[in-house]
This record gives sequence, C-alpha cells and structure tokens, in this order.
Amino acid sequence: MKKLRIGLIGPGNIGRDLLIKVMRSEYLEPALVINVFESNGIQFAREHGIDTSIIGIKGLDPYDDIDLVFDCTSATAHLEHAPILAEKGIFALDLTPAAVGPYCVPAVNLSEDLLEKPNLNLVTCAGQAIVPILSAINSVVHVEYAELIASLASKSAGAGTRANIDEFTQTTRKAMMDVGGADQAKAIIILNPAEPPINMRNTLHVKVKNPDIAKITEAVHKMVAKIQEYVPGYKVVLEPIAKDDVVTTMVEVTGRGDYLPTYAGNLDIITSAAVRIAEVYAQKKYGGKDNG
Amino acid sequence: MAKVTVVDTSLRDGSHSVAHQFSTDDVRRIAKGLEDAGVDIIEVGHGDGLTGSTINYGYSKCSDFDLVQAASSVLTNAKVAVLLIPGIGTVEDLEQIRDAGCSVVRVATHVTEADISAQHIEASKKMGFLTVGFLMMSHMACVERVVEEAKKMESYGADLVYVTDSGGAMLNSDVVEKIGAVKEAVSIPVGHHAHHNLGLAVSNSIAAIRAGATYIDGSLGGLGAGAGNTPTEMLAAVMAKEKIESNLNLYKLLDVTEQELVPVLSEYGVHLPINHDALMIGYAGVYSSFMLHARRAAERFNVDVRDILIELGRIGAIGGQEDRIIDVAAGLAAKK
Repeated sequence: MKKLRIGLIGPGNIGRDLLIKVMRSEYLEPALVINVFESNGIQFAREHGIDTSIIGIKGLDPYDDIDLVFDCTSATAHLEHAPILAEKGIFALDLTPAAVGPYCVPAVNLSEDLLEKPNLNLVTCAGQAIVPILSAINSVVHVEYAELIASLASKSAGAGTRANIDEFTQTTRKAMMDVGGADQAKAIIILNPAEPPINMRNTLHVKVKNPDIAKITEAVHKMVAKIQEYVPGYKVVLEPIAKDDVVTTMVEVTGRGDYLPTYAGNLDIITSAAVRIAEVYAQKKYGGKDNG
Repeated sequence: MAKVTVVDTSLRDGSHSVAHQFSTDDVRRIAKGLEDAGVDIIEVGHGDGLTGSTINYGYSKCSDFDLVQAASSVLTNAKVAVLLIPGIGTVEDLEQIRDAGCSVVRVATHVTEADISAQHIEASKKMGFLTVGFLMMSHMACVERVVEEAKKMESYGADLVYVTDSGGAMLNSDVVEKIGAVKEAVSIPVGHHAHHNLGLAVSNSIAAIRAGATYIDGSLGGLGAGAGNTPTEMLAAVMAKEKIESNLNLYKLLDVTEQELVPVLSEYGVHLPINHDALMIGYAGVYSSFMLHARRAAERFNVDVRDILIELGRIGAIGGQEDRIIDVAAGLAAKK
C-alpha cells in the first residue's frame, strides 16, 4: 500500500513528538522536515534519513509529491503558510492556534466532508482532551454551559503556549461551543510545576437540565473507548457525578512518552489526534485495511 | 524608610470571605470609606480575579465590570485595581474594565510561571494601566527562582512586582530573604501581600518593608481567603509605631471597618474576629486588662474609648492603675 508523504514544519516539542508517531505509522511516511534554523529536531530528522530544509516554507518548493503538511510553528507563521500550502494542493493540519480551517477533534467530527477541506485546525491539547467528553454528554442532554479546568505539568508547556496563553483558553473555549456543542463555555488552564511532573488532568463541569447520570456515564464511556483507539493513556478518573444541575467528570491523559516523558499527555493527545486525521486521510486517498 | 503605598484588597481577596457576594452598594460604601481613610489603591472584584465567576471558583453576585464601576463612581483620589490571573482572565477582559474606571492591573501567576504573564503585562501597559506583576505562592520557590521570575515580569514592563505569600506560609526570615533579594535585583518597586494563616501577616508585612518593599496589601479586619490578609487598620497602627510613613489614618480605618464593613458582613452571616480596643491598647502601650474598664468608662462619660487609651498611654499609666481610667475619661468629657 502506498504511504502518505508527510511534510512537517517546526520540529519543536510538538513537531518532534509528531515525527516519531509518523515514523511509526503504517500509513504515513515522513518525507521532509522544515525549520527556519538548524536545530536538534532537524538533526534528528537527518539522522533518520528524512530530508530536511532550514529555509522555511520555501523548502517545499523542490517537492511535488508531499500529500500532507503538519504545521507546528506559530499562529503568525501558519497564517503565512496556509495559502502557500493550499495553492500547492497540500492538505494542511494546523497545530497552531491560527485556526485558518475548521476545528477537527477526530473522535467527534472527523467526517468525509471535513477531509475535503484544504486545512484543518487541531484546536488545543485541552480541546482535544475535553471536547469529545463534552460532545458525548451533549448527545444525551443539552449542555447550556461547559467549564473546563485543565492542569498541565509546567514542563510540558512550551514557549509558544506560554507566550500565548490567551489564545489557548479562547481557542479551547470556542471549540467547546463549536464542536462540543455547549451554548456557552469557559476554559481555565493551570500550569503546575510540581516534581515529579503531574499528568494532564481535565475537569469538566457542565450545566444541564435534569441530568440522567446513567445515560451520561454510558455516553462518556463509549467516547473514552473511541479516544483510547488513538490515545491509549486516556482515562476517566472521576465518573460523572451530579449536584443540582451541574455534572462533573474528570479525565487524565498519560502520554505514550514518544518525545517528552509520559507526563506530557497534553502533547500526546494533540499529536495523536493529528496522526489519526492523517491516517484516515491516507486510507481515503490510497485505500487501506479499514476506513477509519 | 521610604513611604509605603497601601493597597486594600477587602473587596477582592475579601470577596472570598463572602463567597464573592459583595453588591455594588457594598462596594460603594466600603470603597468610599477606604479612600477617606487614606488607602492609595483599592482592589475590587471576584476573589479569583477577572472572569473568576465560574462553577470552579463560585459565582459572583455582581460582574467585575459593575463592581469596578461602583468603586470608581465614589472615588476621587484612590485608584481602582483588578486582579488578572492568566489562564483564567484574558487581555480581552482588560479593555472593558478600563472603561469602567480601573487604572491598576495586577497580573498574577504562580511563582514559577511568570512567562505566561508576558502578553497580559505588555497589553496592560499599552492600555495605560499601572501594571503590577504578582508572584503568588512565593513560599514554594527558592530565593533564586523568585528573583528570576520577578526579573521576567520586570522585563515584560511591569511597573512593580509583588512577592506574594498566598498560602500564608512564609516566615519572617523568608520574607526578608526573598523581598531583599528581589529588591536588589530589580529596579522597580517591590510589594508584599501576606496571609495570616500562621499569625504572621502583620509582622511579615513590616519585615517586607524593612527589606525594601514599598507596596503593602491589607484588608479591613483582615478579611480575605484563609485566615485573611494583613488587617489594614493593624498595619496602620504598627507602621505608625515603626515611624513608617503612609497615607493611612488609623481612626478612620477603625471606623470604616466597624461602621461599614461589619454591618455589610453581618448581612452575609460573616463575623470578623476583630477587637479594635485591644489594637488600641497595643498601639497606646497600656496594660491589657484596661480594656473592659476603658469600655465602661467610655460609655459612662460618653467619650471615645480610643482617646481614653491613648491618653492613658501618654501619661504612662501602668498595671494596677485602673483608677486612672475614670479620671482620664472624666477629663476628656470635661474638655468636650
């Protein structure tokens, strides 16, 4: 079976983790890694026989066989990259907060239609972690308001996340409404420096009328099983509980430890989601053993 | 020692004590009293800062916008401050709050996470706010780390930086060491915000001033999260005894606490463990058992118990001279 040829821009924390997952995939083949300067990430790619370029997006010009590009740079850079990738007809998966294309949370809205778009945005790690649970609850009882408290290990939040924490909270909030289905939402993020580093922990409170906990729990568990297909370290740590009209549940994400250690489940969930989309796209384009 | 700028946070940290239920009327009433008593900056809003009104932290009765507007509507000299915790509040929230009359923004992060405040400090500066970097839970990091994080906030453009003891867990020696080191390392003023959980809020605040802090937080009656903050009126009394200059007026602070704050709190079923007569005994330097006698004499002769205690201190009354209390009270009554 033909593998999807992958370009990756920005081999930082997210990029390197993604690269390892791409290298492991039976549907994807890393073809080119791009940066704007020489770096450990570039060196890593070179050592693994992957083509590299340190001249930015122009590095794509000599190639006419790249199917998909993961952009792991910054919102500003992606705004520049997106039209270039679109013109080249390369499917773009955007891991920055730029959100040029629609949000994609694979467990919730990865549809044939969405795969026709030139560009999809991966929301945020907190969005990838909680939107599926929110959507599952919303499928059984209408969610008027959803509130997320995401705690991440300080060590797992890179410079980009830190410099743009507002984009992180606002993008997560927007996806909770647009993809998760809540009428209103609020996202709170806490960076915790405890040693040893904590696993990513997400608490979701939702306001609903007359919660049926048995139905909600069933929907949540079904969704968790779906997420576990691409994020094995995803689990419920507090089963849904209700107090008046507020239902609360908590999930924890342990990473696979590909690039950063296992505490960086937040990295793992967003890179795993990106790879999931790419694999489904690969199967759609070149066929495969299942249809995702 | 340099003059100290006093920030009162009864209406922000103190919001925790009433589960964020202060009304705009409460805020108008207390903010006006604080200004009259010489408080320089009055912080208002949800205890967890802008947009803290959530399921996680508890809902406010009134929006931060309305509370800021209520405070600024009654103030002429004192500035109104808000707290912004990146990860909870956003830069977007600042635009609105400026229109409501806020002029000071305190951008708060956990002590090791200053770099998430860069965008908020820069934006706040650009919008013309007096911008404060606020390093919370300072007891959890070593002195070198506190210095490093304070310098980051300075580099983002903060006008001043706080070493904040959010857990009320710092000892005098921690305060002296951390405030002193930060003061040495930055060229902006340094502040301290204490909590009274170990009974050290006032002495830590004084230790901070001695170590170079020129901004100190207090709250009326020590209202605030946990055991509360440094009682502003007690801070005024101790600073006066220490000959530390500020704009605070002790009697007016005692009055606003008793006449405005206490009635407001009782509406919410909150009763502060304050004893202002005892505070005055310490301030005046008289025998502690004078308290009940002085209260009785004040009632009998219709004079201010505080004046009795201060006069007893001035004349050097000592233990055993309870008889002088009546004498002093009668004298004060005669002068009226």
